[in-house]
Amino acid sequence: MNRTHKRRLTIVGVVTVAVALAVALGVYALQQNMNYLLTPSQVQSGQASGYRTFRLGGMVKRGSIHRSDDSLKTTFIVVDADGAMPVEYTGILPDLFRDDQSVIATGHMDNAHFVATEVLAKHDETYMPKELKDAMAKAHAGKEIKAEAGTAAGGGNPDP
Amino acid sequence: MTRWIPLWLHRLSSPPTFYRFAGAVWPWAMGLALVAGAIGLYGALVLAPPDYQQGDAYRIIFIHVPSAWMSMFIYAVMAVASFVAVVWRIKLAEVVAMQSAPIGAAFTFITLVSGSLWGKPMWGTWWTWDARLTSELVLLFLYLGVIGLYHAFEDRRQGARAAGFLAIIGIINVPIVHFSVNWWNTLHQGSTINFFGTSKIAADMLWPLLVLTLATKLYYVASLCRRARADLLALEGNKAWVHELVAPEPAP
Repeated sequence: MNRTHKRRLTIVGVVTVAVALAVALGVYALQQNMNYLLTPSQVQSGQASGYRTFRLGGMVKRGSIHRSDDSLKTTFIVVDADGAMPVEYTGILPDLFRDDQSVIATGHMDNAHFVATEVLAKHDETYMPKELKDAMAKAHAGKEIKAEAGTAAGGGNPDP
Repeated sequence: MTRWIPLWLHRLSSPPTFYRFAGAVWPWAMGLALVAGAIGLYGALVLAPPDYQQGDAYRIIFIHVPSAWMSMFIYAVMAVASFVAVVWRIKLAEVVAMQSAPIGAAFTFITLVSGSLWGKPMWGTWWTWDARLTSELVLLFLYLGVIGLYHAFEDRRQGARAAGFLAIIGIINVPIVHFSVNWWNTLHQGSTINFFGTSKIAADMLWPLLVLTLATKLYYVASLCRRARADLLALEGNKAWVHELVAPEPAP
């Protein structure tokens, strides 16, 4: 490696590190806004106070879904590990919407409950045949173990 | 050249040698890619059982995930080749980097479109600005930027160096794409395949996915070999080895 190569190597190295640092600082500064959603416990601890509209993410509490008889209005409760939030929504819900499903609702707070303008279903990263799922459910019957993952993204391993 | 670079690699970086080498490699890579692709698709669309939650719609994973892996893998190859090209000015590295860009852009586009088609029925939306989707879109723009910058220069080698510099800096986005689902709350779910742990997918769904991943890798090798060969001929058009190649000595 001669002097020219070393000089180019230094320039490329310094510029790449500088840009990486700039991006890291930028992303760190935006951390609060980069979060796609807030959980019910985050909302209850006051983290949503700065937003007029925000996304609320969590699981639909089992048995909490109530559909109105004469309109598309649906009410349900979104829960996370230590919080719960009643949600009100008028409109068409995605196919995966049901008990114990992870959902993300966009909307605003109206006193103590959340009024959603859009409800998206979030599915987990688990894929298996129905028979296997049924067998697992049978094995877990009576223990009240939920096979479905929560809202937190799992993993930490190299794949997209 | 420095001693730590193996002699064979040094020799391979000469355009005529690489031209012959790539000519020998690409039919094998393409043939194996087609075989692996056929086996993988049969496993994916016929043998794999429907998902417990998403039914048959989950089969988009067999296109979406291998493409997404390729979009990042090709970017990494392009960035490493660009680094070699910018620092050592090796012509073959420029060719590999610049000819990888359109292939990578195509895989990124497939990833975004297949993800969108999957998102509508499952999530309830075609597109949302969460960290994973946005960073993958940025990856597509980086590819397009590299391609555009390369073609903006009159002198192709100068263009390759400028675009190579952009490709090197853009590598910062690749870990962001990968870890976005862990660093932030996203609509996109987390990792299914874990190389250092148990994967969250049944074995009879996993093997077609891995076979298709292999098929896309082989396709990239074949495609890159062919593109690099054509580009080398254009770049070295006035060199003796190309003249010998296109106008062989008439037999006596």
